[in-house]
Amino acid sequence: MPSGSNEQAGSPAAAVEVEGLTRRYGEREALSDLGLTLVEGQTLVVFGPNGAGKTTLLRVLATLLRPHAGSVRVLGSALPAQAWAVRGRIGVLAHEPLLYRELTARENLRYHASLHGVHRERVDELLDALAMRDRAEEPLRTLSRGMVQRVAVARCVLHDPELLLLDEPYSNLDPAAVALVEPLIGGRAGIRPRTRVICSHDPGGGLADADVVLGLRGGRCQLLRAAGEVNSGDVAELYT
Amino acid sequence: MSAELEVAKAPGAAGLPDAPQAATPSSPRRQGALWPTVRALLRKELLVELRTLESVPGMSLFALSTFVVFHFALDRSSAEGDLAAGILWVTLLLAAILGVNRLFVADAEQGGFDGFLLAPVDRSAMFLAKALSLLAYLLALELVAVPAFALLLLGPPLWPALPGLLATLALGDVGVAVIGTLVAALAVRTRARDLLGPLLALPLFVPIVIGGSRATSPLLVAAHPATAPAIRWLLTLGLYDLVFGLIAYAVFDFLLED
Repeated sequence: MPSGSNEQAGSPAAAVEVEGLTRRYGEREALSDLGLTLVEGQTLVVFGPNGAGKTTLLRVLATLLRPHAGSVRVLGSALPAQAWAVRGRIGVLAHEPLLYRELTARENLRYHASLHGVHRERVDELLDALAMRDRAEEPLRTLSRGMVQRVAVARCVLHDPELLLLDEPYSNLDPAAVALVEPLIGGRAGIRPRTRVICSHDPGGGLADADVVLGLRGGRCQLLRAAGEVNSGDVAELYT
Repeated sequence: MSAELEVAKAPGAAGLPDAPQAATPSSPRRQGALWPTVRALLRKELLVELRTLESVPGMSLFALSTFVVFHFALDRSSAEGDLAAGILWVTLLLAAILGVNRLFVADAEQGGFDGFLLAPVDRSAMFLAKALSLLAYLLALELVAVPAFALLLLGPPLWPALPGLLATLALGDVGVAVIGTLVAALAVRTRARDLLGPLLALPLFVPIVIGGSRATSPLLVAAHPATAPAIRWLLTLGLYDLVFGLIAYAVFDFLLED
């Protein structure tokens, strides 16, 4: 099994260690015998067609799904046994915004701030950073998908997590919104304040973000290499 | 009580200050203070209900309609004693089922479960907040339903029976809130949640109907009504509430797990 790790003596510790990970839905294996290691501060970009297992991998790392076989360690804690020690140190940006449609952006963020023990001032900072203060008092159901995505990004980074798990983070965002969001979830310009796992369908943007590339198809690892050794043709092959 | 460890924070991105102080829990149970989390969840619950009005108005209208149906089905303008108590309790419990069925729908449909599960908080907070919100819905329901029952069906005057009736309803409401929350959490993750919720809840509500009706009926007789409900039925209701409260506290975490 190839590894994305370049860990050596004295180098940063592993933030994510996965070995033989299998996860099933009924009889179907959504992930099968997956192994990888991601060092602190690195970005892993996961490519693969729909149903390849990308979201399942994120949900396992986020402690929302239990592995059915294999071992998973996130930020030094074994899952699922020590999941309680990891929650609060990871930020998840999923397909769904994980926000209540009837509540305003501010109410949603204040609710999550309460859950994470974060001061309310942080909510205002993020609303400002995402240019959402003018729409902060409107129910989410009245906002466009792009604006909801901005609020979801704010929720994801509200507690300044060490590990970001991002499922297509730029979906529904226009270029101006991407420019607002990028500094918060680590930029394409080389700013990597946190370890990140990103699911993407955009070979150009994804490869530019990546330190390590994982390609999944049918729940199996098809590609696991340092980003410098992968070109867009390798990624395109996953989708054929 | 376990100590909490501070998380070593990475610098905030893009010049934004670090988020002030999320904490890493030191044990599975001790994950952030319980009551602030319950308060935040309860506030969210009540805000969502105020904005959507999906539960309380439906429960109240159902109760009013049921009283009207009983009025015509029994072909009488007033009821007392066992009959009055039975009508009141059955109507309230059936109306409560509507609230139970809606209790976790917003969380299941809008990702609220995942948002909560990702936070470093005690899972029991969700049980407490949901049970308290269901309790609030039941109290709101009874503010409408009890006076309507007195107007539409009750023969004897309501006023003398009110203190005993309120005490009995309070104990019954706690049981309904605890059992309803447990059942709703179990049902909401299944495809047949609208069916499974009532199927699981109704048998568990039977002891509450029995205890509530028996405690209430002496208060609602026309001639020589009792001034207080029968204590043994109040104790029965209290014991039932306690047993299910402990069961719910013990198993609720597992209901939220994958």
